[in-house]
Parts: sequence; C-alpha cells; structure tokens
Amino acid sequence: MMFATVLLACAVSIILLVVRAAKGPSAFDRILAVNSIGTVIILGISLHGFALGRPEFVDISILYAVLNFLGTLAILRFYRSSDVNDEDGL
Amino acid sequence: MVEFWVNVFLISLLVVITFYIIRLRSLIAVVALSGAYSLTAAAIFVNLDAVDVAFTEAAVGSGISTILFLAALRYLPLEEAHQTRYSGLSLSLCTIVALMLIFAAFALPDFGDPNAPAHIHVAPRYIEESYPLFHIPNVVTNVLASYRGFDTLGEVVVVFTAGIGVIILLTGSTLSMRFEKTENALDQKSKTSKEEA
Repeated sequence: MMFATVLLACAVSIILLVVRAAKGPSAFDRILAVNSIGTVIILGISLHGFALGRPEFVDISILYAVLNFLGTLAILRFYRSSDVNDEDGL
Repeated sequence: MVEFWVNVFLISLLVVITFYIIRLRSLIAVVALSGAYSLTAAAIFVNLDAVDVAFTEAAVGSGISTILFLAALRYLPLEEAHQTRYSGLSLSLCTIVALMLIFAAFALPDFGDPNAPAHIHVAPRYIEESYPLFHIPNVVTNVLASYRGFDTLGEVVVVFTAGIGVIILLTGSTLSMRFEKTENALDQKSKTSKEEA
C-alpha cells in the first residue's frame, strides 16, 4: 500500500515534469525538467527493488544516475549560454 | 497488480513524450526528450525483469546516442528549418499498420507463459546444460559468449571495421586544421545570430 502511494506520487511528479519539458519557455527549463524526469525514474527503480526485495536494483539506479548526469553535462558542454537562452528560438 | 499499472503509466508516458518529440521544433528539446524517452523505456524493461536489456537501453539510448546527437547538432541550426507537413496518406498508412500490429499482438502467448514456443525450443537446454559445460552462472551471458560466440565475434568485427572507417574519414585533415575550422564556424555562427537579433 505504501509502495503504491509512493509510486503514485512519482507518477504525478513525472506528469508535471513532462508538461514543463514540453511547455518550458526556455531551453534550460526543458533541460532541467528532463534531468528531473530521469531522477524520478531512478527513484522509481530503487523503490521497485526495495518493494520486491531485490537490492541489486540499486546498482541499476546508480548507473542511470551517472548516465543522466552525463547527458545533462553534455548538453551544457556543447552549447554556450548565448546559443540557448533565446526564449523565442527555443 | 501494481506492476501492471506501473507499466500502463510508463507506456502512456512514452506516447506523450513521442507526441511532443514529433511536435516540438527546437532540436535541443527533441534530443533531451528522446533521452527521457529512452530512460522511460529502460524503466519498463526493469519492470518486466529484463535488467540486462534495460542496462543496454540506458547506456546506448540515453547516454551515448544523446551525446552523439548533441555533438552533431553543434554543426546544425538550433531549429527545424521548415514546418513539417502532415499528409493524410501516410497518417492512414501508419494507423492501418499500427492496428494490424495491435491485432497481431492478441495472438501472442501470455507474458511469462511456460508453454510459449520461445520457452520450449532451446531455452530448457541452455538452462540445464550451460552451467555444467561452461561454468558461467548467468545464462544470458553464457548464451551470448559461448553458444553464440561466433555471432558476437562477427558483431565485434563489424563495429571495429566501422570505427576504423570513421577514423580514416575524419583524419583527412590535420588536427590543427580541424580546430581552426571549428572555431571559424563558431565565430560565424555567433556573428549571424547577433545580426539576426
């Protein structure tokens, strides 16, 4: 029951984040929203492992966290702020 | 029961993300959303207990391909050049194919059905014989590395050849020349964007 409640909370936050990623006026809103979607999914996987009694799922969460971080870092590395903070363009 | 609803939620999330990937015109947003798509797909695989597939999907789909797309996008304008036109013919074709696939999916065996064809062909042999023969505890690794060893070797050769080809193509100019070109391109880009503003 508790597991389902927390999963529901994750689901609601993912829905809100997808809306922000789709609407977000500037590119940074979108990047932050996508990064947070990744974080909530990592949380969901850890919860899943906890609820089913499979602690090795935490390893997967750690890998996803690294990849999520790398993806965000790549976006910020490849674009200078002058390229992306233009609100009309993005 | 909970797992079923988690799957329903994740798959409808995929549909929503796909919709926005098609509709958005900003290329960075599209690349970022496809990273999120791939991470969500990986979460579905975890939920279906296919952990190794999820690992691959996350590493390749969400990690490497996002970075490669971004590296390629550096040389492109940040927005799609022209508005996509939607043709009724292709839409109806896609709908028909999708309906046919959904119809065909009803004939699939149930999830985890022990009598499914995939589970009665060679799988029991792998499960029973692979550990005594090769002493690798993970059956999937065992199949990939032992039973399909030549297949995996062929894949490695293909990837290696492709890598050599790319390196040969990219080292046509010297390193310093390439850096100069990139910097010139970046300067021009910032100039044009300033002029537009």
